[in-house]
Amino acid sequence: MSAFSAIGEQREADEDEFTPGIEPQPTWCPGCGDFAVNNALKKAMSKLGKNPDEVLLCTGIGCSGKLNSYFESYGFHTIHGRSLPVARAAKLANPGVEVVAAGGDGDGYGIGGNHFMHTARENHDMTYIVFNNEIFGLTKGQTSPTSPKGHKSKTQPSGSAKQPVRPLSLSLASGASYVARTAAVNPNQAAEIIAEAVEHDGFAHIDFLTQCPTWNKDARQYVPYTDVQDSDDYDFDVTNREEAGKMMYEVESKLYEGEVLTGRFYKAEDRPSYGEEKRATGEMPEEPLAERYYDEDAEWERCAEQLIQKHT
Amino acid sequence: MTDQELIWRIAGGSGDGIDSNSRYFAKALMRSGLDVFTHRHYPSRIRGGHTYVEVRATPDGAASRGDGYNFLLALGDSFARNPSEDAYYGNEELKPLSENLDDLREGGIIVYDSGLIDEEQVAELNLEERAEENDWHVYPVDLRGIAKEHGREIMRNNAGIGVTAALLDMDTSEYEGIMEEMWSDDILEANLAVIQDGYEQAQEFEQNHDISMPDHEEPEEPQALVSGSDAIAYGALDAGCRFIAGYPMTPWTDVFTIMSQNLPQFGGISEQVEDEIAAAALALGASHTGVKSMSGSSGGGFALMSEPLGLAEMSETPVVLIEAMRAGPSTGMPTKPEQADLEHVLYTSQGDSTRVVLAPGDQQECYEQIRTAFELAYDYQIPALLIYDQKLQGELRNVDASFFDQEPDGDPGSVITEEEIAEAAEHHAGKFKRFQYDAEGGKEGVSPRSVPGQKGGRFLATGNEHNEAGHISEDPDNRVLQMNRRLGKLESIREELDEKGNQTHHGPDEAEYGIMCWGSHQGTVFEAVDRLNDDGHSVKAIGVSDLMPYPEEEVSAFLESVEECLVVEMNATAQFRGLTQKELGRFGPKLSSLLKYNGNPFEPAEIVEGFESSIEGEELAVSNMKYVPAAGD
Repeated sequence: MSAFSAIGEQREADEDEFTPGIEPQPTWCPGCGDFAVNNALKKAMSKLGKNPDEVLLCTGIGCSGKLNSYFESYGFHTIHGRSLPVARAAKLANPGVEVVAAGGDGDGYGIGGNHFMHTARENHDMTYIVFNNEIFGLTKGQTSPTSPKGHKSKTQPSGSAKQPVRPLSLSLASGASYVARTAAVNPNQAAEIIAEAVEHDGFAHIDFLTQCPTWNKDARQYVPYTDVQDSDDYDFDVTNREEAGKMMYEVESKLYEGEVLTGRFYKAEDRPSYGEEKRATGEMPEEPLAERYYDEDAEWERCAEQLIQKHT
Repeated sequence: MTDQELIWRIAGGSGDGIDSNSRYFAKALMRSGLDVFTHRHYPSRIRGGHTYVEVRATPDGAASRGDGYNFLLALGDSFARNPSEDAYYGNEELKPLSENLDDLREGGIIVYDSGLIDEEQVAELNLEERAEENDWHVYPVDLRGIAKEHGREIMRNNAGIGVTAALLDMDTSEYEGIMEEMWSDDILEANLAVIQDGYEQAQEFEQNHDISMPDHEEPEEPQALVSGSDAIAYGALDAGCRFIAGYPMTPWTDVFTIMSQNLPQFGGISEQVEDEIAAAALALGASHTGVKSMSGSSGGGFALMSEPLGLAEMSETPVVLIEAMRAGPSTGMPTKPEQADLEHVLYTSQGDSTRVVLAPGDQQECYEQIRTAFELAYDYQIPALLIYDQKLQGELRNVDASFFDQEPDGDPGSVITEEEIAEAAEHHAGKFKRFQYDAEGGKEGVSPRSVPGQKGGRFLATGNEHNEAGHISEDPDNRVLQMNRRLGKLESIREELDEKGNQTHHGPDEAEYGIMCWGSHQGTVFEAVDRLNDDGHSVKAIGVSDLMPYPEEEVSAFLESVEECLVVEMNATAQFRGLTQKELGRFGPKLSSLLKYNGNPFEPAEIVEGFESSIEGEELAVSNMKYVPAAGD
């Protein structure tokens, strides 16, 4: 019998279950896009019938990291840029746990960029939501990796000389098997995409456009937006890597021209998750590793029996 | 030591098989009933470069490298760069011979591969003259020729083994037995033929040296030849560790490799990841999810772990991290030992350190103390660190095989069951109090843990200061309560460590003088203490393993009982002496330091000399060490 009875239980869930009793009211600024992520995540998790005790939400640092305080589940509010390595190890330790990581664009595409690339490459079965507001908000408005070229801030007073990161293309090139973009102004699409990402068996990356009304006043509110799947202007096959890549390039370029394109951009149907790959090599146990520690009958291998012989 | 001691040095280039052959040779000596101890010296280079391994073998205990050595097997460097008079690296082909002469004792034996080392170049070394001066016995043998005749050139090391055996009057059967375990068919036959031919050719020499195989008897019980890295990895596995994440870096890589090779058959997981920040963060993630986990690195890689280490302290996530020191700063000397990361490991990461730091002094302590680290980490929800160095990680020593006959421990420590969670304290808003101020029934200051997937156990782990349910809080009263609770655990840990008795004492209780050390050169210090006492001095030593929390009472008692104490360590700024004075707040005028930081571990005679000069107030005769007098002197 599992020591983790919250995992995999068939149940009806309610959005309110994911609202913590301690901090039901987020402290984000009025009009902040972050509220939309929290609401969409709650909606998706309840729609999927998840138990808050089977979900582990790992966040980084910044306004986005506060998601952990306002979303009820097991949580690990880690350090700046490091939500992904914590999250993916949790998935390896107990694949039954529903693992979601979240952080800002500075957190994920800047300081944690290396982890983003490698977690995508490994294709861990988890969801990664990046709150992309094109600014460092909590530290009061510095230029971020996704700020447009020419963006002026206190730290780049003459305007950024850098090209912004292309998060979708980076994700695809790194090896993510599900890549989407949604926006705070589109709550229904956001909830649907998050639910799809959670259900996806592999690394699902969502670039979530979250307007910052305080420190990025010049930025668009990400309206009007177009859902590329609903538009007749865009026709591409999300399972085709080459078409997806072209589409992403266009989407990323257009954002800086004032046109907001959202939707699903890539989904690799057949790619096994990292857990499957690793089990296939024989380097990961079939049963969740964590279970063993809570099973009184578990037998533990001994070095004396297995390893000392070759030293004698 | 007496002439009942063989210190055999095999020298060549990296990639010449020095490491494997010395291991087989050490094992053969061990099986013959001798105690063995090895010392490795190698460059940061895949192929070529000056490399040697020493195998010290004695009938009655070998716990250190010796003073110099008495048998050189110089193979020549088959990956030597083009010799040129102008090149700053000199003639590399000759180096296995030329670089090793200074440490060779009087009366020593030299065997060199005349098939690779050019006789004319040997003449330039004035070898004949020096041999006469030092009573060295030189035996040139065409080892390459022997190897080529019966097999392949790579087998020339075994020709050297055959020559060694003949010159020492040593039975080759133990070594041949190891070959039979390693190889079969043609390869085995060729290797055996190479050994025998070497043996026979050496018998042709007129032998007039005084060195032979030390007296030996069948060992009373089976011995195991293990390195510090083996012992650490096996201790971790027996401690129930089933998750490791890491990134390669010398010298930590050995433990990572041994764990990675064995974890699959032990039902665990090893992850090689993008960097050390990730490695430590993965260990935290797996531990948070209920698995006993570890990571580790060496200096620069460990620096990257500072932030996850602090996160473990603040979020009370159990984890074991190990740090294999090498000479710094920065990239330093990657393959050379030093103990200069002590302060780094004690204090790195922002805020007040809340961690356990242990430094094992030998292979058995490596096994025991990594197990202690896991026990404390998981019982107390605290990071526990093991600090060791390039010397201990790679040196081989024989240990009673029965030492490893120990029970594994899969207990995840202070995690409670779902039934217990249902009964546990709840925050008023219905959340499990993971960080309860005053939980009862467990260890002092320890609040019970839940892990993801357990019903009713959800909580928030965070690097921010937090309230009892884990939510971020900057309330001053909560801050003080949580800080005091976390730091208070170290007091209970100190009590548990006192029961374990990790400090190792050596020498007569009533001795007049003391020597203190920590970590890997404990065996060398103890050998020096024996010699000093034999020479009429009155000295005892303490090898300290508990660095945080510091064993205040035990060290105070030791220092109170002696007139003066020499603190021996492998760094340039006397870090351990500084720690001792900081922790004890006194004894400044009693403590002087003997420091070595040239990349080579201490020899016993150096400690003897350092001690004698310190009590006689004389300058050190050799320049490879530094003496720092006591405060006020």
